[in-house]
Amino acid sequence: MTMLGGERGEVLGQYRSAEACRGLVRSIERLADGLRTARFMEFCGGHTHAIMRHGLRGLLPPNIELLSGPGCPVCVTAQADVDRALAFARLEGVTVATFGDMVRVPGSGGSLQEARALGADVRVVYSPLDAVALARSLRSRQVVFLAVGFETTAPGVAAALLQARKEGLANFSVFSLLKATPPSMCAIAQAGEVRLDGVIGPGHVSTVIGAKAWEFLPRDYGIGCAVAGFEPTDILLGVLELLRMVRRREPAVANCYPRSVREGGNAIAQQLIAAAFQLVDVEWRGLGFIPASGLKLAPDLAEFDAEHRFALPKATGEQGAHTACRCGEVLRGVLEPPACPLFANACTPERPVGPCMVSSEGACAAYYELGAA
Amino acid sequence: MAAGLIRLAHGSGGLLTQELVHSLFVRTLGDEELSRLLDAAVLDHSSALQAGSRLAMTTDAYVVDPLEFPGGDIGKLAVCGTVNDLAATAAQPLWMSAAWILEEGLEIERLRRLVFSMKEAAAEAGIRLVTGDTKVVPHGLAGGAYIGAAGVGIIPPGRDVGPHRIQPGDAILVNGTLGDHGMAIMLLREGISMDTPIESDCAPLNGLVEALFEVGISVHCLRDATRGGVGAVLCELALQSGLGMIVHEEALPVREAVAAACEILGLDPLFVANEGKMVAFLPASEAERALAVWRAHPYGRGAALIGEVAPGKPIVRLRTTIGSERQVRLPAGELLPRIC
Repeated sequence: MTMLGGERGEVLGQYRSAEACRGLVRSIERLADGLRTARFMEFCGGHTHAIMRHGLRGLLPPNIELLSGPGCPVCVTAQADVDRALAFARLEGVTVATFGDMVRVPGSGGSLQEARALGADVRVVYSPLDAVALARSLRSRQVVFLAVGFETTAPGVAAALLQARKEGLANFSVFSLLKATPPSMCAIAQAGEVRLDGVIGPGHVSTVIGAKAWEFLPRDYGIGCAVAGFEPTDILLGVLELLRMVRRREPAVANCYPRSVREGGNAIAQQLIAAAFQLVDVEWRGLGFIPASGLKLAPDLAEFDAEHRFALPKATGEQGAHTACRCGEVLRGVLEPPACPLFANACTPERPVGPCMVSSEGACAAYYELGAA
Repeated sequence: MAAGLIRLAHGSGGLLTQELVHSLFVRTLGDEELSRLLDAAVLDHSSALQAGSRLAMTTDAYVVDPLEFPGGDIGKLAVCGTVNDLAATAAQPLWMSAAWILEEGLEIERLRRLVFSMKEAAAEAGIRLVTGDTKVVPHGLAGGAYIGAAGVGIIPPGRDVGPHRIQPGDAILVNGTLGDHGMAIMLLREGISMDTPIESDCAPLNGLVEALFEVGISVHCLRDATRGGVGAVLCELALQSGLGMIVHEEALPVREAVAAACEILGLDPLFVANEGKMVAFLPASEAERALAVWRAHPYGRGAALIGEVAPGKPIVRLRTTIGSERQVRLPAGELLPRIC
């Protein structure tokens, strides 16, 4: 049982105060006045969602552009990995457990949701520990947890793995599609496809890995980073900090989410990640193979690695990526969702062609469901 | 009947079926027409029908899991759902049917509680349960019990509500807090408990609707905001009426606990299910009076004016608390919590 606090609403209200927002917007307008167009990427899909939900673009001066980035775990999952996830679901005697968004992502041959309709046992869980509990209650079946997520999700999966090992749960395993975020931001900065004047750093991820994980952005690429929370005032404060850096020509890392983020992050969560995973090169949708960006199970947990336990046909690369879907460009910040020819035509949340239209953190879904009026 | 479990034999049409029907359903529900056990209820409508009145008929299936939840159960839900659908057409509910699909293994005492709860809700709403049916399916097929219900009501002469009557400038009212039912069920299913427990708002709203007509409010349109919540109702009605709608975020009544739970699960209370919420469209000039009437009613204490109808594109726009604006669109598929 989880207990939730009752005073959360009052706390939230403070970060959604109209007055505070107006004050921040006025400061932003003053700093932006006379500036050439400043382009900031919000790394995190949660930020894109919050920006759309609160209509923040409409409040910002026209010379400030916000681009959505690759921070949507379901979206950056490579097509070949989605197909492998589907292959697990089709194995005899296997129950696949995963987070909600993942069940709707289209693979080359349908989605997990469709596989479920055809008889596969696919369960939506809210926590990796729920998947462990599922394995406990389904002793006669193999439970494979599809772990999709970033450093925020990884500690929970690590805890589930360690728990399963402690209990000797032989019917539990993990197919890890977990990824580390800084390498992807590094890949985007390195490619230089889009000129960036700043990055709104992911608040939840940075709570785990620490604000200092983004120091490479100003140091190596001259791009400022403001780590921000997810309320309107948090995001506006992030934009304001980035503008200050642009004005002063002093890119740095600013922690605009100190109520959650520490310089060095959460040491316990980091230790859990280090205990359960090793960094490997993996493929990201839209970004290609990125060195040391995937969290694969550590060698001493290999027995709980679904890829180790089950023999699946070899993945054949981007076999499903032959549609006109431009999720890859959306994830790199090169294309705004409405500029994709499929957006709201062939591709809608009801019939998604690409993952960015599926996930609640996907940029296309945010633009579609929460688009400016 | 001795305490026990529902068995397949209870649905065989034999002695056990008879015993179940007589000693549980008929005895608990106690309706005179039902107790005659004819193939169809035979109803005298002479006192209800007047020149110019019309009949309204509705049907719905109830499959809620779990069967009992804070604030209600599937029996009460079936009555409230039926009554509220009728009330949304401005009908006065008169008669309803209930077909129970029982799962083998359901405790008979539990079934008795559900049927009793159905009777209580029907008595409160003033609707008669005049006919019914019972079937039993093998274990694992019906989540304990499903109910198929149908209801008939009479729309008094002169009442005409529906999307065709929505006018630009109409005020949009709701009778209380959003998302209580959906969130109560979701938290129960997921084993999440709150400092302040959330109860379903499951309630029959025919009295609430009648109260508007009694004081002569010219109601243009009513809609029972169940699945999909108030947000889905507004999106549907914008399309059906061909008019735009403006909703004020600040005015949306949401319980603190529901807001907190939605925040954590990544849901929007605007789209979370209700079982006791009516959305009403009426002339802006009558909005204050309508609000006062609702707030004086036990099921309307939290009533609020949440927006207005605007000419122009048939879309729903939300004015946020921070002064920005965005479009409200139907979410796709199941409501799923976010993953990170």
